[in-house]
Amino acid sequence: MPGYSDPGFDTLALHAGAAPDPTTGARAVPIHLTTSFVFESSDHAAALFNLERAGHVYSRISNPTNAVFEQRMAALEGGIGAISVASGQAALHLSIATLMGAGSHIVASTALYGGSQNLLHYTLRRFGIETTFVKPGDIDGWKAAVRPNTRLFFGETVGNPGLDVLDIPTVAQIAHEARVPLLVDSTLTTPYLIKPFEHGADLVYHSATKFLSGHGTVIGGVVVDSGGFDWDASGHFPELTEPYDGFHGMTFSEESTVGAFLLRARREGLRDFGACLSPHSAWLILQGLETLPLRMERHMSNTEKVVAFLASHPLVGRVGHPLLESHPSHALANRLLRHGAKGAGSVFSFDIKGSREQGKAFIEALKIFSHLANVGDCRSLVIHPASTTHFRMSDEALEGAGIGPGTIRLSIGLEDPQDLIDDLKRALKAAEKAGA
Amino acid sequence: MKLTVNGATTYCYTGGKPFDAAKPTVVFVHGVLNDHSVWILQSRYLANHGWNVLAVDLPGHCKSGGEAPSSVEEAADFIGALLDAAGVQKAALVGHSWGSLIAMEAAARLKDRISHAVLVGTAFPMKVSPALIEASLNEPEKALTMVNVFSRSTLCAPPSALGPGTWVYGAGMALGRRVLRSNPKVNVFHRGFVACDRYQGGEAAMAALTCPVLFLLGGLDQMTHPKAAQGLIKAAQAAGQKVQVVTLPVGHHQMTETPDATLFAIRDFLKT
Repeated sequence: MPGYSDPGFDTLALHAGAAPDPTTGARAVPIHLTTSFVFESSDHAAALFNLERAGHVYSRISNPTNAVFEQRMAALEGGIGAISVASGQAALHLSIATLMGAGSHIVASTALYGGSQNLLHYTLRRFGIETTFVKPGDIDGWKAAVRPNTRLFFGETVGNPGLDVLDIPTVAQIAHEARVPLLVDSTLTTPYLIKPFEHGADLVYHSATKFLSGHGTVIGGVVVDSGGFDWDASGHFPELTEPYDGFHGMTFSEESTVGAFLLRARREGLRDFGACLSPHSAWLILQGLETLPLRMERHMSNTEKVVAFLASHPLVGRVGHPLLESHPSHALANRLLRHGAKGAGSVFSFDIKGSREQGKAFIEALKIFSHLANVGDCRSLVIHPASTTHFRMSDEALEGAGIGPGTIRLSIGLEDPQDLIDDLKRALKAAEKAGA
Repeated sequence: MKLTVNGATTYCYTGGKPFDAAKPTVVFVHGVLNDHSVWILQSRYLANHGWNVLAVDLPGHCKSGGEAPSSVEEAADFIGALLDAAGVQKAALVGHSWGSLIAMEAAARLKDRISHAVLVGTAFPMKVSPALIEASLNEPEKALTMVNVFSRSTLCAPPSALGPGTWVYGAGMALGRRVLRSNPKVNVFHRGFVACDRYQGGEAAMAALTCPVLFLLGGLDQMTHPKAAQGLIKAAQAAGQKVQVVTLPVGHHQMTETPDATLFAIRDFLKT
């Protein structure tokens, strides 16, 4: 039974990493908007720089407000620690750049956010890191894609926007047989719906811009380490297991048996790439985290009602949510997710029967749903992925991600569910008229 | 640094500085299901402030081979063999929890070779509940959770072993799992707890010490409550030992929940 010493999820969402400020008594987490922190002495300064003592030096590397967010996320995910960064994309880049360099290879799911797909397919290729894409459910494909230089497996807990559920236990096992870690993007599920570490993932990152902050007010990201991957035993990661000239000849896996990844990611990645999170942004994300459990419950219940409405509407061809038995991930969602298929998130897609013009008429007729490029807001959102978020992807890649030319993506918010259904009903009527 | 001790490879973290037997040496001894990395901040600091540091992985734990010790006495003899292998004539010993019993027993056996004894989170007798001993054998994940729940005293530790953003509870869980997994032959969790539970030589060892001793206790410690150290403290005082007691506002994760205060208490004591 969770209690003071063993608090449950809802308590950790409010209290992990924070206590009343010892100086002022402030109950809410203070925003430490300062670039730097005064040293107590020359010895203190040297000890901080040399990792002999832990503390804050410069807010690109760490900040007390950000540290609360980091501890809280590590607590909610069941990890050993976390690093906050400027965006979800920065979290993905930091993870990859910490683990590998030119000549390395990644095996990734095809069902990825468009920005992640771009990074892997185009940008990292320019830096000598190649990626093989595999359909998330193609287990043999994951195995076959492994090369001697493979350094990472990567997928999304539920793919955006097709909601293909990643079989984390199976994919993690294949990754571990190849002596590489599994990194998952859990943005759409948050730790409230699934804790990937409990299923075998090694690293988790989030775009905190979405459900974690939850109010569409801030861009941020975070990567959490399970501490479970044995970098020494793998033998594939000299970046973590051999002396690093770039930081006093430090061998990160000797410094910390379980935390080598985080040590290097902060000491090299934040120092050199500099994609740090503003303390003000960290504070905004913390405000969202405090109500994450309440909001996710409402996101789920609203989504359930909207999915049921759309699935029974004659102008709707396909509704891509694992709540429906027709969804390929229905069974897997029920097996892996904390709330079963209901917990596969509130970002999903559906197809309107009809032309592109009818799709356009649908979006433009919506009044409560906002047409914009984001998900995980407290307000309901809508977008046409093929022409926006995923527009750089080829038709083949789009198909791999479960996106058709007429696919509409919804992010269900916290409004009165009947108002959402009425809005969709009205817009579908407009689409019907546009096709007449 | 790797040494051969009793025929087995033994790993010692040296704090990021080359081993130099000419400097005064301090040996850090971890507790049950831990390894050298629990001392990372304290050992790295001292290594950069004039000390020669050997933060050891006990035999059969993580990077060290050999048979995991099944008693405090066996582990204490290992510490003597470690000093011999490293060519260290005299050293200070710092131990946490089970490691504090090992440090105390080793100090009693090695007598003048030990300059200081620091007992962090200590108790005598260090009885372990039968339920926890049984769980460590048959349900180690459950036992590990119990240990980390009992060990923590805060949900918001200051910047710690991994710097800011460290979740001490999670780090303790992950390290425990790793140490357990590192020895496929022996359940070092169970063996360590049994060794703590069965150790009976505490008061005799304390009476035999020839060095000053620091008791570094956690006022909120539910694993080794400060009251459980009072017998040893009295035994030390009765034997005429030079005794210092420091109680910090922390649980059993002294090195990671109050890293600076723990460091300063050790550093200042070692200067005496």
